[in-house]
Amino acid sequence: MTAAPTTLNRPARKNPTKNLLKTRELGIVLALALLIAYTAIDNSRFLSGQSIRDNLLNTAILAVMATGQAIVVITRNIDLSVGSVLGISAFTVATMMSSNPGLPMIVAILVGLAVGAVAGLVNGVLVRFGKVPALVVTLGTLYIYRGITYSWAGGSQVNADELPRHFLTFANDSLLGIPWLVLIALVVVGAGSLMMRNYKVGRELYAMGSSPAAAELAGIKVARNLLTAFVLSGALAGLAGVLYAARFGTVDAAAGSGYELNVVAAVVVGGVAVFGGSGTVWGAALGALLLTVIGSALAVLDINQFWQQAIVGALIILAICADRLVAVRIARSLRKRDAHV
Amino acid sequence: MLRSPRTLLSVTSAALLVAGLSACGGTTKDSNTNTGSGTQASAAADPNAALKEGLKIAFLPKQLNNPYSDVETGGGKVAVDELKGEYKLVGPNDASASSQVSYINTLIQQQQDVIVVAANDPNAVCPSLNQARQAKIKVITFDSDASKDCRDAFINQATTEGIGQSLAKMALEQAGSDGGEIAVLSATPNATNQNSWIAVMKEELKKPEYAKLKLVKVAYGNDDDQKSFQEAQGLLQSYPNLKVIVAPTTVGIAAGARYISSSSYKGKVAVTGLGLPNQMREYVKDGTVTKFALWNPADIGYLAAYAGAAMASGQITGAEGEKFKAGKLGDYTIGKDGEIVLGPPTEFTKENIDQFNF
Repeated sequence: MTAAPTTLNRPARKNPTKNLLKTRELGIVLALALLIAYTAIDNSRFLSGQSIRDNLLNTAILAVMATGQAIVVITRNIDLSVGSVLGISAFTVATMMSSNPGLPMIVAILVGLAVGAVAGLVNGVLVRFGKVPALVVTLGTLYIYRGITYSWAGGSQVNADELPRHFLTFANDSLLGIPWLVLIALVVVGAGSLMMRNYKVGRELYAMGSSPAAAELAGIKVARNLLTAFVLSGALAGLAGVLYAARFGTVDAAAGSGYELNVVAAVVVGGVAVFGGSGTVWGAALGALLLTVIGSALAVLDINQFWQQAIVGALIILAICADRLVAVRIARSLRKRDAHV
Repeated sequence: MLRSPRTLLSVTSAALLVAGLSACGGTTKDSNTNTGSGTQASAAADPNAALKEGLKIAFLPKQLNNPYSDVETGGGKVAVDELKGEYKLVGPNDASASSQVSYINTLIQQQQDVIVVAANDPNAVCPSLNQARQAKIKVITFDSDASKDCRDAFINQATTEGIGQSLAKMALEQAGSDGGEIAVLSATPNATNQNSWIAVMKEELKKPEYAKLKLVKVAYGNDDDQKSFQEAQGLLQSYPNLKVIVAPTTVGIAAGARYISSSSYKGKVAVTGLGLPNQMREYVKDGTVTKFALWNPADIGYLAAYAGAAMASGQITGAEGEKFKAGKLGDYTIGKDGEIVLGPPTEFTKENIDQFNF
């Protein structure tokens, strides 16, 4: 594509990379600020403590999934099974917690992560060793994982009164005023960003996305890295399932249906190119925040339901256009600078 | 080489984005109203005929091991025991259209007196049900009706009017005597049953006794937990004086209650509507919800058994206007097209919620 991705793949050139990162996500931050300002002028309660807390809580689950999705998309793949993985993990954990109310929260989280990691591993193995495009593989596993959940759960559901108290309150409890869900999301996004930016495996994932063939020839362990990316995406979707069960308290076989599309939207809005090789994890998290705030703002602004979805779509396209514009401009200025050096 | 996969990817992901924004759907249970002309019975009814003992009454729900059907047929068993009849429960493991046919044929061979069936498909079961009726077996449908040409009566769990009125009544109770602002949290904007209930509720609110209630908004949570959360949040921010959220959908009421119970609005804003007791138990016990409603599935089975017994005993034939007595539920009159309406929805409160398990 443009020069932007290739420049991103040079960790040695730290300063331009940093500037680039700053500007790439600037569009989303601006859009977010504009939206919040507009909504707050219309209704000042949009900035109340309860409202900010609600928005952050609503974003947490999506941001966790967007982190995993961003890593996969950066390698020029996609994971459409995340909604179903969330469902199977949420149902597994909810069933487990309702029959063993004494289990501590950490066990629930670990089980969720494990269920998701296994699901992600299957995706990765099929993509890499079956040599099938990720789009097709994960579309297949989307139905397979959902089917497993349906045949297991049938028409039954796990209700809030069957879940242990500490599991439910986890969604609302906070540490130093910050809800646990938000803390977990922050840790996941922070760790993901750090890994992709500063660690070898992260840079290799970018390289694989920029040019899979060149990455292979350069001696990058493509198979191992690809499996890592899919396992991470699956595990994070599994974690999201635990958070989902704790937050909503009602889990049936349909939990998380259609979430994959929100996640992909968040990642794309967050500036991660679907062609791989560019974008950041924290950009994707910002995308998740923006989409969530759009949803809340439209509800507060009292916009007709029939228009809401169209407006969300238009905002997505707008965000992508703005991001694209910035990317092109930066690429041009970088090319100039490179020519002089 | 590279261009075509890229184009494919971008086209597909664009399509996914578009699809994602429209992929919200789902409704709650249908009220199963049925219209059309009736076909009715051969023999004349004798309202004074005694209920026969030892009647063989078989229940055929949509599928076995479904918690909701289990409650319905459980109510039926209670009624059959009261009637001193023989209770039988059969059914398929999947709710596919034709899966009930072989069960009906078997029941005909066993010479049952009454078949109580929740049809998986209104037409697929018809030929078998008509064979049963030719063999002098009375056919009662419940939960989901078969085509009206092939059954003798249908137990309708609730009418549109009954639900709409009940919603308005609960909203007034929750708002208190001073009234105030109320909002509706529905499923999707184009769900037929939701819209007809809300329409009846709006009509009801025009009556003088509801003058103090003001319906400020109908919000749509698309039967999605996250969206319902966001819509509930939006309602509370847009209408700070809101007193009651009425959610006539099981997903919406549970999500609304879960949100209120975990927010600073707990105790200030009431949630009511239609919900499942198991789903709502937590919020009724923590005080977020004081009352909500739904038809009682056990009563559906109970009424179906009594209607079948009354018909097999010759008290009724299924014609409009005939009356019969259904044990503890009292007197019922058959309506148009052989429909028997269960009555107003059951209301669930802290006191009675533990008696229900569905």
